[in-house]
Amino acid sequence: MIPYDFRYYKPTSIKEAADLYQTITAEGGKPVYYSGGTEIITLSRLNLVYTDAVIDIKSIPECQEWGFHHEELIIGAALPLSFFDEKRDFPLLTETAREIADYTARNKITIGGNICGQIFYREGVLPFLLLDSQVLIAGESGVRRQSLKEVFIETLTLKDGEFLVQLTTKKIDLRLPALSVKKRQQWKTGYPLLTVASVKKDGLLRFAFSGVCPFPFRSEQMEVVLNDRKKPYEERVLDSFKYLPKPVLNDTEGSSEYRLFVLKNTIIDFLKKLEGDQRE
Amino acid sequence: MDIIGKTVSRKDAWEKVTGQAVYTGDKSESGMLYAEKVISPYGHALIKNMDLSKAKKIKGVKAIITGGNLPLTGEEIQDRYPIACEKVRYHGEVVALVVADTPKCARQAADLIRVVYEPLPVVNTPGQAFDPNAPLVHEQLEQYKKKSTVYPEPGTNIANRSKIRKGDITKGWEKSDVVIEKRFSFNPSDHVAMETRCALGRIEADGKVLITSSSQAPFMIKRLISEYFGIENGNVIVNTPLVGGGYGGKASIQLELLAYIASKAVGGRLVRVQNTREEDILTSPCHIGLEATIKLGCSQEGLLQAAEILYLWDGGAYSDKATSLSRAGAVDCTGPYHIDNVWCDSLCMYTNHPYASPYRGYAHSEVLFAFERTMDGLADKLRLDPLEFRHKNAIRPGDTTPTQVLLNKSNVGNLPECIDRLKTLMEWEKGQKIDLGHHKMKVKGISCVWKTSTIDTNAGSGVILTFNPDGSVNLLSGVVEIGTGTKTVLAQIVSEKLKMKFENVHVQIKVNTQNTPEHWKTVASRGTFMAGRAALQAVDDAIGQLKHLASCVLRAPVEDFEIGRERVYLRDDPSIGLSYKDLAYGYTYPNGNAIGGQIIGRGHYILRHLTYLNPETGAGKPGPEWTVGAQGVEVEFDTREYTYKITKAFSVIDAGKVLNPKMAEGQIMGAMSMGLAFGGRETFYFDDLGRVLNPQLRTYRPLRYGENPEYICEFVETPQIDAPYGSRGVGEHGLLGMPAALGNSLSLAAGVSLNQLPLLPELIWRKKEAANRGDSL
Amino acid sequence: MSEKKSKKVTIDMNINGEKVETDILAADLLLDVIRNNLGLTGAKPGCLNGDCGACTVIINQKPMKSCLTLAIEVGDKEITTIEGLLHSPVQKAFVDEFAFQCGYCTPGFILNSHALLMNDPNPNKEKITEWLSSNICRCTGYKEIENAIQAVMTKTHNKNDSD
Repeated sequence: MIPYDFRYYKPTSIKEAADLYQTITAEGGKPVYYSGGTEIITLSRLNLVYTDAVIDIKSIPECQEWGFHHEELIIGAALPLSFFDEKRDFPLLTETAREIADYTARNKITIGGNICGQIFYREGVLPFLLLDSQVLIAGESGVRRQSLKEVFIETLTLKDGEFLVQLTTKKIDLRLPALSVKKRQQWKTGYPLLTVASVKKDGLLRFAFSGVCPFPFRSEQMEVVLNDRKKPYEERVLDSFKYLPKPVLNDTEGSSEYRLFVLKNTIIDFLKKLEGDQRE
Repeated sequence: MDIIGKTVSRKDAWEKVTGQAVYTGDKSESGMLYAEKVISPYGHALIKNMDLSKAKKIKGVKAIITGGNLPLTGEEIQDRYPIACEKVRYHGEVVALVVADTPKCARQAADLIRVVYEPLPVVNTPGQAFDPNAPLVHEQLEQYKKKSTVYPEPGTNIANRSKIRKGDITKGWEKSDVVIEKRFSFNPSDHVAMETRCALGRIEADGKVLITSSSQAPFMIKRLISEYFGIENGNVIVNTPLVGGGYGGKASIQLELLAYIASKAVGGRLVRVQNTREEDILTSPCHIGLEATIKLGCSQEGLLQAAEILYLWDGGAYSDKATSLSRAGAVDCTGPYHIDNVWCDSLCMYTNHPYASPYRGYAHSEVLFAFERTMDGLADKLRLDPLEFRHKNAIRPGDTTPTQVLLNKSNVGNLPECIDRLKTLMEWEKGQKIDLGHHKMKVKGISCVWKTSTIDTNAGSGVILTFNPDGSVNLLSGVVEIGTGTKTVLAQIVSEKLKMKFENVHVQIKVNTQNTPEHWKTVASRGTFMAGRAALQAVDDAIGQLKHLASCVLRAPVEDFEIGRERVYLRDDPSIGLSYKDLAYGYTYPNGNAIGGQIIGRGHYILRHLTYLNPETGAGKPGPEWTVGAQGVEVEFDTREYTYKITKAFSVIDAGKVLNPKMAEGQIMGAMSMGLAFGGRETFYFDDLGRVLNPQLRTYRPLRYGENPEYICEFVETPQIDAPYGSRGVGEHGLLGMPAALGNSLSLAAGVSLNQLPLLPELIWRKKEAANRGDSL
Repeated sequence: MSEKKSKKVTIDMNINGEKVETDILAADLLLDVIRNNLGLTGAKPGCLNGDCGACTVIINQKPMKSCLTLAIEVGDKEITTIEGLLHSPVQKAFVDEFAFQCGYCTPGFILNSHALLMNDPNPNKEKITEWLSSNICRCTGYKEIENAIQAVMTKTHNKNDSD
């Protein structure tokens, strides 16, 4: 039960959605874009989210798009995570997405919702960070396409009234050697202790992380150190830790020291597997 | 035997797979009101002020109830107000209740109540509670009403001290060549029944109080509401439909009191109080925590000589059943071994944690984790095989328990045979530790288990059998169907004894305290034993009536009659007889005359020869019998990351007699699953303010599909002579040894002593790091 | 917030093959609507947080958590609750294999299993685990549920063989 009520809108175009947002705001209301809605529903129940109106973007065709266009894969923000189980053109996304929540929840959680969520793991963004994807963002003044790297700084930095419409990734990059591993406090259930995703492009490994810090990130500084093939694996990994953003998470899932221990092992495994050029 | 020992479908099967099964929270009625709680965000604080003004303005609010003017409650010590008064003692404690037209309205109002707290120092562990300088959780302990069999120590945080003084501990140490001492600890955790607790209350114009509750103890609700609020016992009527899992957690009385209080505040109207999952974890009673110190001594030959034990239970903020749990932990304070000299102090400590209710195994898996880990340590010191060491010391008929009960062939199962079976099943001779390469190893760990049921000495159970005109029967018992299938087993017992088709025994699944004979509480694996005995007596009673009526109609002495195939017939000439159908509603002669009347069989059973325990020595008979077993796990361990997968879990339990094989196996497997989750993952995380940091199922994580191991369950059958068909309780026993077996396997694998729960990879890593640094463990 | 008048809207639902009309608030969860408005109490509130799966229903052939769904979102979709499943092979197998005890999680598990086998009559072990780990059962050891699914698969398989 959500202990308050809100209005519900289901626009069928980007413009209609953006206009709705403006109108509601102008009337003094506080609207929120709604995709899978799982986080809005669960946090509303606990009074951790309040909204006057939800604007459901699932009926906007662009948000449901999936397909190749000009050598790029276009992924609509409102596609549910389980969708990538069925469509396997982007193996790293399939692999990363299937570790989020559980299967029936993934039928509801969308990729856009996961990336824009408050719960700080947002693992869905990792493949896109690694592949220099572009994002299509819509707002009051229309749509803009931007590099994800520029707008994803710990979170997707959207201006008031904006929402994520699509993510675009170069087709040529989709089949790069890649790995994604989620490690948990115990066994197969739960939030990540950490998730590490990696691709190899032009002979160099890229790394992105979730669960290490209270936000997902890709660190090019760490990548430089980690790709220094002159040094042994462990040394590279420990050196790279100097560039870890702060703070390293220290919570009930695991202490920061333990996370670093697991992170070290995980990265070493990745280096072993991916430097040798063999695809997993 | 026709039906005993056979797998037959559950009587409640089809309603449960079609969604027709009704649980307490499924009931609704027009005009029903809803109560929502305001709970404490602190572990320990004074309530300085409560502002209800905004909440009162919400349309649809019927009443707001705060603490004060309510009686103190508690089964053994009356130390808890149903709604906190002036002070909160745990995170989640109810401080106010809002009753309104809709749940939404009640929630809105509840969220608008502003409470000002003044935080107090928190007692965050039982060890801290034991410190003489610790803050007191209950300053007025000496003023509380209590039962005579509980021993609180005013001026301290000790809610109960149970003592075991068996033999002469000094002599025991003299005889001991090898001695070991170890400490253990784990936090409280939760039951996580899938159905959160729910209660409905209504007060009728004539004063009748009607409660419907998802409870394991409807008759206790009746007794306690009557006692606390001064209502005539017969005027309290409790209904319990199907219950969505209990595991002990629904044996405590809590929401029922709130439902009564809420209904009273709105002129007796029907009010529902239901927990959210968060409240079910925080507010309602939890699974007890423990700190233990165990010192064991044995001779060079490996025979146990002495055990000195201190248990500090984390009973939480209120005593409820925690005092009784501490007593149960004293009663079976050792593992199932013959030890002549035992000294144990088992203390129930008040802390600022959620309070404890029973949990499947009733203090035994907790005690066994500590004891069985110590047994492995001792075996290691002696360089004895841990399985052989246990076999050597296994409890047997002729031995005595810690409370000095002399065991015989009936009141204890055959532990050596369980150990032998386990040894074969686990392929023990192939080694306990097998290197699999690639930094993986396979390790095995074991634990022996035992348990008696320390329930009230005068606990009873009744059964009524009413016949239908077609000769079939209705079975009425106060056992609550919490998932264990006990009523199906009772139907099997009736079917067997009455020589009636299983389909013809109709079971009333629901309990209504006004028309169902009492079964004390559906706890302690006592359903089949006590209600089974009552059912057998009820069948005998019915058979007597059937024979008596047949004897009149057929003009032959009663003793010449026999029953079979739902007929009463002459032993020497079976062709002369009458079917149950002809007698069920009395016999009607061809001319219309009738005699007899509806056959109604009546049976009851009360536990016998149980005694209170001697407060100084613990001597006494706490329970009717000891079920024993041997259990093990096989784990695949990663020596680099300290992660592991439980590949197999084994149980060999002496069930006395298996009445329904698939159902018995289901009880064992389900309990093993729960025990592994308790051992491997489940715990409350507390912060410095005594707050539980993980009150949701995404942060408090029971086992999921695919995380379970392969289960290997076998039964030994040593009959308990006074039990129905010799069967022993098995509802809890699959759980008991799992944390210990897991701890033993992982300690062996990692080469460090793992004495805390849950056994997370991080814990193992931490111990390894400490060992590598040379820290003492 | 409290002053604001909540407005009910009427929606059409397509549930268990029937069209029904019901009045809801936009913020009403699908779970609450099917339980309270339609009286279909087979879907259970186990956590209201999307964690336990006791409220699972099938929406357009997919198992979904009805506590993570607003009723207003599903007006045009086909919903199946446990009450809409009559004598399905999965139900029979759950009975035969004792794949439940207290029964509270059972409707969710059955609907999830049913949807799985409709989607893929012969799922591999990995897929079964992926789907069924969405639900929590506290009573069984899960082995019984696995057996029930295997039993349905074997029966379907044998039936196809003999056809």
